[in-house]
Amino acid sequence: MARAVTTQRKIFFTVASWAVALLIFFPILYTIITSLKSETEAIQGFGLIPSFTFENYVLVQTQNGYFKPFMNSVVISVGSTLIALLIAVPAAWAMAFSPTKRTKDILMWMLSTKMMPAVGVLVPMYLIFRDTALLDTRLGMTIVLTMINLPIVVWMLYTYFREIPGEILEAARMDGASLWNEIVHVLTPMAVPGIASTMLLNIILAWNEAFWSIRLSAANAAPLTAFIASFSSPQGLFWAKLSAASTLAIAPILVMGWFSQRQLVRGLTFGAVK
Amino acid sequence: MATRNTSTLARFMMAPAVGLLLIWMIVPLAMTLWYSFQNYNLLNPINRSWAGFENYYYFYTDPAFWQSIANTMTIVLGVLAITVIGGILLAILIDQPMFGQGFVRILVISPFFVMPPVAALIWKNMIMHPSYGVFADMARWLGFQPIDWFGQYPLLSIVIIVAWQWLPFATLILLTALQSLDGEQKEAAEMDGAGVLSRFIHLTLPHLARSITVVILIQTIFLLAVYAEILVTTNGGPGFASTNLAFLIYRTALLSYDVGGASAGGVIAVILANIVAFFLMRTVGKNLDR
Repeated sequence: MARAVTTQRKIFFTVASWAVALLIFFPILYTIITSLKSETEAIQGFGLIPSFTFENYVLVQTQNGYFKPFMNSVVISVGSTLIALLIAVPAAWAMAFSPTKRTKDILMWMLSTKMMPAVGVLVPMYLIFRDTALLDTRLGMTIVLTMINLPIVVWMLYTYFREIPGEILEAARMDGASLWNEIVHVLTPMAVPGIASTMLLNIILAWNEAFWSIRLSAANAAPLTAFIASFSSPQGLFWAKLSAASTLAIAPILVMGWFSQRQLVRGLTFGAVK
Repeated sequence: MATRNTSTLARFMMAPAVGLLLIWMIVPLAMTLWYSFQNYNLLNPINRSWAGFENYYYFYTDPAFWQSIANTMTIVLGVLAITVIGGILLAILIDQPMFGQGFVRILVISPFFVMPPVAALIWKNMIMHPSYGVFADMARWLGFQPIDWFGQYPLLSIVIIVAWQWLPFATLILLTALQSLDGEQKEAAEMDGAGVLSRFIHLTLPHLARSITVVILIQTIFLLAVYAEILVTTNGGPGFASTNLAFLIYRTALLSYDVGGASAGGVIAVILANIVAFFLMRTVGKNLDR
């Protein structure tokens, strides 16, 4: 090897990287630590070793009813993702396997709808939702999140489907496979990984969406984003409790995120960086 | 004959996605445009009339409008500067040989998955709070007066929070690009006696140029629309000191109930975002041709 990696050099970069990484991660770590403190401990000044009390996690449920917004988040993010997939899979499939001259234009136009600033249509959306009684309902929230993420879902699926070689389909056809066999035995196994990563990234995006979910929901359909935002009022000066609620709100998505790093890059750059 | 069947089927398969998105885009946008020419206040909804360009005129001459434009620019440019420069340095650091690289990646990417209200409240209460925050503890320990971040530097505080959320994104994308850089090329440059700095300028930066463009454009789309971070920390204040365009429209619409004025602001926001989007689409479009 032309370039020997000295152990010294490796140790230096290990220490440096870990230091920077821990610094960036610190706010999250400190939130988890604070969630295990009592309220008085939480405002007593800097301390990294909590008394490991779990009362905050209990209080978040008994006093604030954590479970309801949690379930709203689950229903809305998973529901909107599944509906978006249902609409997007056929569309992406058609674009990837029978592209026409206009396919590219349609894809670009879909992307452009994503560029529209939400706040630009806040007023009409609010009025439409008010007049159709969709304000503060799970159904309304699911519709909004389905539509705002649909372009990304189509795009991601398209970039995955495009990588499935068309020759394999032809070969299967030549071997006399029926359309049904072709779909079940040839296409599905190749398409599933792409669909799964699209689903994962989209659930993350829907879970963290914090404009429509705050503005169009209230007590009834509020997901975790709106629930946590309500802690910003002065009554929310219960830091240990806030930390427990925050930890619960980000933990599932953090773990999902760790598993989807690669897909995240692809999905969010619309295939421009792989 | 088979081709015609396939293309009919393809159209049929695309119809739901295209149709729904078309409705989703056109109906609210047309309504915004229509309202922007109306005198329409939700507190007095019966009294509606044609306003011409009055709403635009008032929005445009409101001093808060120009301040919100300046604040929007500060947030976008400030966060971009921190995340792009920080992201390049961080990506190069993480790309070096080390122990536990996977774990370092996980730690660094994590803030991106934290929902905006949580991120903002963590920083507001745990880190930047003038009496109980970590920064205040550090300042006292060093013998300084703790800083009232959101009172004295509201915009800077928001830039810091948003940069913390987006630094992982820039780092991850630049790291991905860096890892696709040919190792042999690097070795060749090294053997030719190119120094660290010269390798960075002549080899690494040109290789990263495309990814940096993508990072800048995608982040700009999201940074123009920063909302929740402002809502839970400063609520746009003091005064309009940390109100960006998105937040100003929200204030006009749902706090002053001024549908016409907010719609005029919305149209302006759409136009601004479209200018940015135009460049993003060109970059992504080029990729599609390859």
